[in-house]
Amino acid sequence: MRIAVLSGKGGTGKTLISVNLAAVSKEAIYIDCDVEEPNGHLFFKPENLAAEYISVKIPLVDNELCNGCRICAVFCQYNALAYINQKLLIFDDVCHSCGGCVLFCPEKALAEKEKNIGIVQSGTSGLVHVITGILDTGEASGVPIIKKLMQNAPAGQEDVFIDCPPGSDCIVMESIKDADYCVLVAEPTLFGVHNLKMVHDLVRLFRKPHGAVLNKCLEGYDPAAQYCEDHGIRIIGRIPFDHDLGTLNSNALIAARENGKYREVFTSLLQKVREEVQDAAAIDFKR
Amino acid sequence: MQQLLILSGKGGTGKTTIASAFIKLSNAKAYADCDVDAPNLHLIMSQSDEPKRSNYYGLSKAKIDLYVCIRCDLCRQNCRFEAIDSGAGGIMYEVYHYACEGCGVCEAICPVGAIKLIPAIAGELILYRGDAVFSTAQLKMGSGTSGLLVTEVKKQMTSVINDADIAIIDGSPGLGCPVIASLNGADMVLIVTEPSVSGISDMKRIIKTAAQFQTKIAVCINKYDTNIKNTEIIESFCEFRQLPLAGRIPFDPEAVTAINTGQSIVEVDCLSGQAAREVFDRTMQILVGNG
Amino acid sequence: MKIVLPANERSMEKGISVSFGRAPYFLVYDTDTQEGVFIENNAAKSQGGAGIKAAQTVVDTGAKALLTPRCGENAADVLKAANIEIYQSINGSLENNISTFNKGELKILSEIHAGFHGKGGE
Repeated sequence: MRIAVLSGKGGTGKTLISVNLAAVSKEAIYIDCDVEEPNGHLFFKPENLAAEYISVKIPLVDNELCNGCRICAVFCQYNALAYINQKLLIFDDVCHSCGGCVLFCPEKALAEKEKNIGIVQSGTSGLVHVITGILDTGEASGVPIIKKLMQNAPAGQEDVFIDCPPGSDCIVMESIKDADYCVLVAEPTLFGVHNLKMVHDLVRLFRKPHGAVLNKCLEGYDPAAQYCEDHGIRIIGRIPFDHDLGTLNSNALIAARENGKYREVFTSLLQKVREEVQDAAAIDFKR
Repeated sequence: MQQLLILSGKGGTGKTTIASAFIKLSNAKAYADCDVDAPNLHLIMSQSDEPKRSNYYGLSKAKIDLYVCIRCDLCRQNCRFEAIDSGAGGIMYEVYHYACEGCGVCEAICPVGAIKLIPAIAGELILYRGDAVFSTAQLKMGSGTSGLLVTEVKKQMTSVINDADIAIIDGSPGLGCPVIASLNGADMVLIVTEPSVSGISDMKRIIKTAAQFQTKIAVCINKYDTNIKNTEIIESFCEFRQLPLAGRIPFDPEAVTAINTGQSIVEVDCLSGQAAREVFDRTMQILVGNG
Repeated sequence: MKIVLPANERSMEKGISVSFGRAPYFLVYDTDTQEGVFIENNAAKSQGGAGIKAAQTVVDTGAKALLTPRCGENAADVLKAANIEIYQSINGSLENNISTFNKGELKILSEIHAGFHGKGGE
């Protein structure tokens, strides 16, 4: 089963939960899709590392063939091309790699070259296969990296845990596209609820079966629990605020590997997730 | 007018909690929430009047007219973003709104003119004008145009203020486009970090990004007492890089209570509020140049 | 010779725009004839690469110099390729900037800021 762990807000516990669920699975694949700020690898400290560069295609001009017609510059929606003093200037950093300029150049003066935007690093930590996407600082779009990362999550094999980026924009959508089930992580604050709504809207739009895990639960009023009740989101787990858990986490230690108490917590949570996935599949089948 | 931007790299470190505290302490006449993906500042800085709302148009998106379409498949084959699907039976061509990047290749390659790029509403700009000017926005789900919307949020703020000494900008997490757009025009960046390995890693990446803009940078450590060892690591790092430290704020459950009742931490009597005051004073000193 | 200044409004008495790429207008001023024309900046609404498009507009006016408070890397590359000098403008009106320029008192812009990798989105 492929499980995506997401939350609208950063810092709620996506990585805590996805890392620990992967750690208590028999064999699992952990994919870190938070390519701007990947953190899972800090916990797993994977070995046997292999890296693959991810690149996008950028136009390359042959100034001999270019006749200055400017069709490419006018076509480009991103202003990545300018024709100055009989030379075509190409701006890599605003190019979206759509390939249009190359396609439409009447003189066939444009070809393409590869530009690296980041890497996909893979390694192992115990029985977990750890796959991390890292976007180079300064690059604006991590979508090509997510696409590559998700190639590592084929259906029907080992359990895959997808640690999603925060928010609900394109990069998150790309991360949950192939998931069988989404775990929404929420914290009991007003900010957390506002952002829980965003990811809730997102998973419903993509028609993904989902459930909520409330993290850092404290005494008193829990606006996130209230939201779940009001909107029919099944709460599949509650992790109380726990100083020791926080310390382990802040030292980048995998709680389930350090301490039997936490191993049990995450093992039960994993079991609950499995049940939810089976239920969801059964419902689908009946449809 | 000086702009103070609050960033973190990692989400959940306390940007909005601290930004709201600073706004209260400085009695800022202008502030903005640049986390257009997931704006939260309005939940603390509640406003009495209705704001001005305006549509924000982002990238145009392609739309296929199925009456004109001859199902030649050229559009789908040439779409680099896998945004076109041939649909049911391979004849119901449609553009995935969320994947489309508005490049125009399909529009240009369609032999019968069945595809047009249409401006799409990507979000909403919101402007409050009460005692202070508060500019914010909400990006529509799946819209990729955060950077420009952030720029619009700041522009919206600066275009209506007359007399503000300081503007406080609540930034967004990450270090992509929206962060870069919010760095434009900032006189100083306060990086809020937390003492975890993840927090430190993200802090270093955000410092690298902010340094490219040559703005003043200061660091403050929130929830510092959750891990003293890491707090000390951060402080040594800042000393080594000659980055001024604006201070430390303890973890405080009362902060959560305050936030959940829509109040900033400096409006209630609590440890984090007191510490935030000291961090604020130090930040102001650095901003003005005495730091 | 022609010089260009980014403008917020179509008036010589109003201030120079703080942004080059997204200024609503450009003032194209001929120092020989002492005549100025305001043109729209089509780059202002661009999702990304506004500096580049704005710089192309400046190049197309035939201007030899740009007076601006700031300029990004990409726009600077375009202007450099066209041998257009970039001067650091001063706070104040367009008029003021022009007369200061005429007196030779404006400095060349030394600090080019990093681009915003402004894909505007994604």
